[in-house]
Amino acid sequence: MRILVCAKQVPDTNEVKIDPKTGTMIREGVPSILNPDDANALEAALVIKDENPGTEVIVITMGPPQASEMLRECLAMGADEAYLLSDRAFGGADTWATSATLAAGIKNVKKIDLILAGRQAIDGDTAQVGSQIAQRLKMPVVTYVEDIKIEDKKAIVHRQMEDGYEVIEVQMPCLLTCVKELNEPRYMSIGGIMDAYEQTITTWNHEDIGLSPEACGLNASPTQVFRSFSPPAKGVGEMITGNTVNEIAGTLVSKLKEKHII
Amino acid sequence: MAIKVIDEKCIGCSKCQKSCPFDAITIENKIAVIGDACTNCGTCIDVCPTDAILQEGTEKIIRDLSMYKGVWVFAEQREGKIMPVVFELLGEGKKLANEIGTELCAILCGSNVAGLTDELIAYGADKVYLADAPELEKYTTDGYSKVINEAIGVYKPEIVLYGATHIGRDLAPCLAVKVNTGLTADCTKLEIDPDDKKIRQTRPAFGGNLMATIVCPGSRPQMSTVRPGVMDKAVYDPTKKGEVIKLNAVFAEGDIRTKVLEIVKTTADIISISDADFIVAGGMGLGKPEGMELLQQLADKLGGTVAASRACVDAGWADHNIQVGQTGTTVKPQIYFACGISGAIQHIAGMQESDLIIAINKNENAPIFEVADYGIVGDLYKVIPAIIDELNK
Repeated sequence: MRILVCAKQVPDTNEVKIDPKTGTMIREGVPSILNPDDANALEAALVIKDENPGTEVIVITMGPPQASEMLRECLAMGADEAYLLSDRAFGGADTWATSATLAAGIKNVKKIDLILAGRQAIDGDTAQVGSQIAQRLKMPVVTYVEDIKIEDKKAIVHRQMEDGYEVIEVQMPCLLTCVKELNEPRYMSIGGIMDAYEQTITTWNHEDIGLSPEACGLNASPTQVFRSFSPPAKGVGEMITGNTVNEIAGTLVSKLKEKHII
Repeated sequence: MAIKVIDEKCIGCSKCQKSCPFDAITIENKIAVIGDACTNCGTCIDVCPTDAILQEGTEKIIRDLSMYKGVWVFAEQREGKIMPVVFELLGEGKKLANEIGTELCAILCGSNVAGLTDELIAYGADKVYLADAPELEKYTTDGYSKVINEAIGVYKPEIVLYGATHIGRDLAPCLAVKVNTGLTADCTKLEIDPDDKKIRQTRPAFGGNLMATIVCPGSRPQMSTVRPGVMDKAVYDPTKKGEVIKLNAVFAEGDIRTKVLEIVKTTADIISISDADFIVAGGMGLGKPEGMELLQQLADKLGGTVAASRACVDAGWADHNIQVGQTGTTVKPQIYFACGISGAIQHIAGMQESDLIIAINKNENAPIFEVADYGIVGDLYKVIPAIIDELNK
């Protein structure tokens, strides 16, 4: 079986801080990481590989040249092959164009039985690209997957819902988008890290995957950023102090009563 | 459209580089260079002190968009009950439709759901497109996207809104590819451009660190998913009249490629923290899972519900369906108690619209105090019981 994992290198948004004077993001020193949900997707693929010797795990990403660092991390975790779709023409892509590029790249990889992707990336939180790749490859898709069992040529998965889950049967090849409840991603092994630096990362540009520059990146994006801005900050409120907790609690409750909230 | 640097004006100050949310700018030979990661967001234009950066427009060939009319709302129902977010979408959809001067429609899929059309009309829909078929009894991506794709092809709406639920966020991306149009996820604000009547969709990105307003200039329909709990509910008017249009929902073997074997409920009902008036939320500062029980006592006292930060959910102390924040639920209760929550930007993005925020934290420098109306520095295990005592008086 050949399992393909879609991954993205993202800035660790948990580490992003806001400049209190200008209200803008401070990006300096923010590390780039493998998107967390994608790590769950990769782990799911590696678990299937552990249980089914002979399984190959392939990782693909679209991004700038430095995204190869993240691909090496995936190789060090246990992936077998890595592909980087990188081209100036891919820049500025929205989800529609990103999924078109990734789908073209995946077609080039060939013979894939199962595609796993993270539910969403932490820099955009859109949860669109995985589903859209499946549409373009005419594959069935299940999103928000929190449990996977492979039986024969089909997958039995649990799809997370707001109030529980659905048990869904889907024929392979199919695409599943994974949530963090699925598993706990493994760490890179020392041997894996050593090996990862000797492995080849295949880099493809728009010609390699058969797309014209008009069919990718900003040119092919139906949505555009009209403007972006820092969210307005709320004014600092009042600190309630007192000699005892009872005094503090009393002050708070009387303030709430004054406002007729309680 | 592309961002250009006028080399003669650039002084290499690197302000644009620092401002760029996408890390797309480098300084080479004391001149800013726009790299591949540029999304045309324009943040750098605003910060450039010498006006050396500008946006160059090369207008795309505009398709004939005038044939697309009407605002549609995806009327998501589960087990014959319309999801609360649909009424919020109808409220917002009505405003948009009025500004454009067009009609508001709902599209409803399911099996034996014709009885729900009256409710949708009473909440403001001028028309309800109804796809009623046994195959649509349970939600499937293939089943729903097939009938809605066909309906969009025939009736050509200019705007389609979906709730950003687990179903809406599954359905809308598939439709965007099928219909060949753009989709903006998790919008928190929608506006109509007064000049060209196109929609402007604002959404948080980078975990709430940045807001982006997105447009979809050249393709139709313009589609958005909207976070539950953000928009105001439509007004209910049982006397309102509307039209029901039945859609042709016919399926062939193999059209629906997934099979729902079972639906398992892990909570008695969808815990709707987005509807709660009083929320008592806990974070890592609880220190132990039992802390949620104390919060529950306060919530019970107020007639509210408990919620949790992502860290608290990750620690296994609370279920993900009560998670507040960027990847959880957006809430705007009358009172939001943040107990032992440090106030990561992702969390704040999900609760800052609350009417009144009360933060209790041991760390006086916790960022949560920056958004709180009332702050208490102290041990929540002492402060909360004292508040409960005070409320009992």
